[in-house]
Amino acid sequence: MSRYGGLHAGPHAGLYGAVAASGFRRYSTYRVATAAGVFTNTVFGFILAYTYIALWDQRPHLGGYDQSMALTYVWIGQALLATMAMMGGGFQDELIERIRTGDIAIDLYRPADLQLWWLSADLGRAAFHLLGRGILPTLCGALLFDLALPANPLTWLAFLLSVVLGVVVSFALRYLVVLSAFWLLDGAGVTTVAGLAMLFFSGTLLPLNVFPGTLGDIARLLPWSALLQVPADILLGVHTGPLGLARAYGLQLAWAVTLLCAGRALQAVATRKVVVQGG
Amino acid sequence: MADVTDALRSYWLIVVMWMRSTMTYRASFLMTTLGNFAGTALDFVAIVLMFTRVDSLGGFSFAEVAFLYGTTSTSFGIADLLMGSMDRLGQRVRDGTLDTLLVRPAPVLAQVAADKFALRRLGRVTQGALVLGWAIARLDIAWTPANLLLVPVMLISGAGIFGSVFVIGGAFQFLSNDASEVQNSFTYGGNTLLQFPPTVFAKDLVRGVTFVVPLAFVNWLPALRILGRDDPLGLPAWVDFAPPLVAGACLALSGLAWRAGLRSYRSTGS
Amino acid sequence: MDDDLIIELDGVEKIFDVRRRAGLFRRERRQVRAVDGISFTVPRGEMVGYIGPNGAGKSTTIKMLTGILTPSGGRLRVAGIDPSRERTRLAKRIGVVFGQRTTLWWDLPLQDSYELVRRMYRIPDHRYRINLARCVELLDLSELLDVPVRQLSLGQRMRGDIAAALLHDPEVLYLDEPTIGLDVVSKAKVREFLRSVNSEQGMTVLLTTHDLTDIEQLCRRVMVIDHGRLMYDGGLDGLHAVGDSERTLVVDFERELPPIELPGARCTRIDGPRQWLAFPAGASAAPLVAELAARYPIVDLSVREPVIEDVIARMYTENAAPA
Repeated sequence: MSRYGGLHAGPHAGLYGAVAASGFRRYSTYRVATAAGVFTNTVFGFILAYTYIALWDQRPHLGGYDQSMALTYVWIGQALLATMAMMGGGFQDELIERIRTGDIAIDLYRPADLQLWWLSADLGRAAFHLLGRGILPTLCGALLFDLALPANPLTWLAFLLSVVLGVVVSFALRYLVVLSAFWLLDGAGVTTVAGLAMLFFSGTLLPLNVFPGTLGDIARLLPWSALLQVPADILLGVHTGPLGLARAYGLQLAWAVTLLCAGRALQAVATRKVVVQGG
Repeated sequence: MADVTDALRSYWLIVVMWMRSTMTYRASFLMTTLGNFAGTALDFVAIVLMFTRVDSLGGFSFAEVAFLYGTTSTSFGIADLLMGSMDRLGQRVRDGTLDTLLVRPAPVLAQVAADKFALRRLGRVTQGALVLGWAIARLDIAWTPANLLLVPVMLISGAGIFGSVFVIGGAFQFLSNDASEVQNSFTYGGNTLLQFPPTVFAKDLVRGVTFVVPLAFVNWLPALRILGRDDPLGLPAWVDFAPPLVAGACLALSGLAWRAGLRSYRSTGS
Repeated sequence: MDDDLIIELDGVEKIFDVRRRAGLFRRERRQVRAVDGISFTVPRGEMVGYIGPNGAGKSTTIKMLTGILTPSGGRLRVAGIDPSRERTRLAKRIGVVFGQRTTLWWDLPLQDSYELVRRMYRIPDHRYRINLARCVELLDLSELLDVPVRQLSLGQRMRGDIAAALLHDPEVLYLDEPTIGLDVVSKAKVREFLRSVNSEQGMTVLLTTHDLTDIEQLCRRVMVIDHGRLMYDGGLDGLHAVGDSERTLVVDFERELPPIELPGARCTRIDGPRQWLAFPAGASAAPLVAELAARYPIVDLSVREPVIEDVIARMYTENAAPA
């Protein structure tokens, strides 16, 4: 998708790699915010953990999990909360501001691809958040609760791959929300609702596997399930073997591609709007 | 006190302006309020889904949990409506726009609390109130005069306690303007915690939330009395009527914290 | 206390504690004297320029005068009020325009911001209407009243800010870099407006700026601050004399010439047919130009003003104040 066509020294993998690295570095400088985030994740982890204990005491195999799996799920959820930028904290505010001030017009004329640029930056951020805000709360949870973390390093690898795919889906969802700011007046209202929806439908409040009947079946096929439910189930050993993993990755990949393409389509419409209005 | 009326008047002036501004785009306002209503109700949807699988949680029935949910959600919704944008103070300190508030003849706290007043936050209050109404209708509560009075008192005091956390969170941002998330653990975290019965949580956590950060006074203690249950810590009966006192104390404390924070800002410039 | 003096500073200081990371665990502590014992008074109705290089302490002084910052030492009174103790009482009597930030409400239309100002400052109806009409006319705001502030250009927003600062008939007006980033037309409008407001209404104006032309066109008195100290307090001519500053005549000759040598001018630079000739700032350029035109074939010329930093730098090194 080059802008100039033909042979040229245009954007290449190295550029996007650099963008990702700088994204990682940038978020690593927010020391205080990261510490505050770790605190928040730990607090929420505790609240959910106790709630799940009460639930699984009543129904020991709820959603196909035993109690220690359910507790592990809680801490995976908290680790992925910031990684998937479920409650903001990613590129959304910046990009919305650029749209509001009209600076977006400059970005659209740059040789680098707008969507890929922000995706790279977001992947860098996600990597930092996974490490910076994921490890400590999970350790805390592991010390105080009986968790079911796998010993097999291959499982962890499979999990990480799933997290990467999840971040892409999360990015694509947020990108669509941001682009909607071109047409809507109240950006803040939409991002709040989108965040709450992301929290609920990803299974952070309650695992999608616990959702009853048809609702559960549908919820597990929605894009948000790619954010937490799918990676968590891989780590917990629910999706195992080549077929199980293929189905899991397949769902994530399908949504990633679909939503990214939708984002590009919306971006094209928005670009036309910017050009017509003169920025 | 003339200071207080001044503060309320300034707060009201700014709020009215924001409200008028949002109401000029009727359709957009309705949509975002509906969105806020639906989004905040998802917490309750999660509880509903839980109860499709279990009959009780921590020994509490669905209607009883709904009662807890409704009370904390309404209180939190009111506090969020009145001063929910206080976590933006850190941003203002960072880009220097706090100074523009200091040159106006109005108390800074009033201006910050009224900043970006979002009427759409009524959505959260409404869904909380609706759930509460349903729970009251469903439950078999002994409506003594004390219990009857306790409901509105509890809601208002709860809003006061949450509000004081918002203010303290704001004051904290004078010290460290990156740490706005810490206050979220207490406000959103507290709201999530209080949706569930105290019997679900470890004794230590319940003690912490009663004696250290008095969130238990938002709804747990008075609600348990209304529901005719004993509180898990076995506290004396009069404690259930203490929410207004606790709210008053918290608000006073938060006022002091705010003063200190502002004084520090005016002394160091950041 | 002289009733005529609306601003009084006596030995005012502002000391900041700056902490920096020096290595992994150590932290350096330094004291920065942003304002180091400044004293001056401003009588009612005067328009004063307050200039200095970046980091000199200009903004810090303004912040103390408006009640944003509390002084570390000394005595400061505006209209008899101590800004650090009675901020809101003073706020009703002053107007502030920040060059880089707006005092208006970002998402609201200009008109709504003014309405809010009217109510907040409790401006009587008839004063509000008169003031608003005058500001709208002189600052050309009539078409901007319905526009949300965030959609205004910098020049438009600045004019909007100035109007907002004057609606409540303040006794003192502070302007912190009001013409920065403005186009020529906007600058002229703003200067004209300030001139009229000062001469017709006797409003006291304190203006900080980087642009010497602002000072030249508006102020008869100028104060120079550097490193937190008042280096000069007097007229603009005196400043150039004290600073021994130079203006530069940039002349484009028809052809390349050897460096021009004329009394009262020295050639500082040559680039082909163009030469830069420096002469004392206090002197008029006219005789020099006449002399040049008589002797040499000139295609074009222009006059460059001394940069304020150079003027200050000269003053500083000449006075050799202890660090």
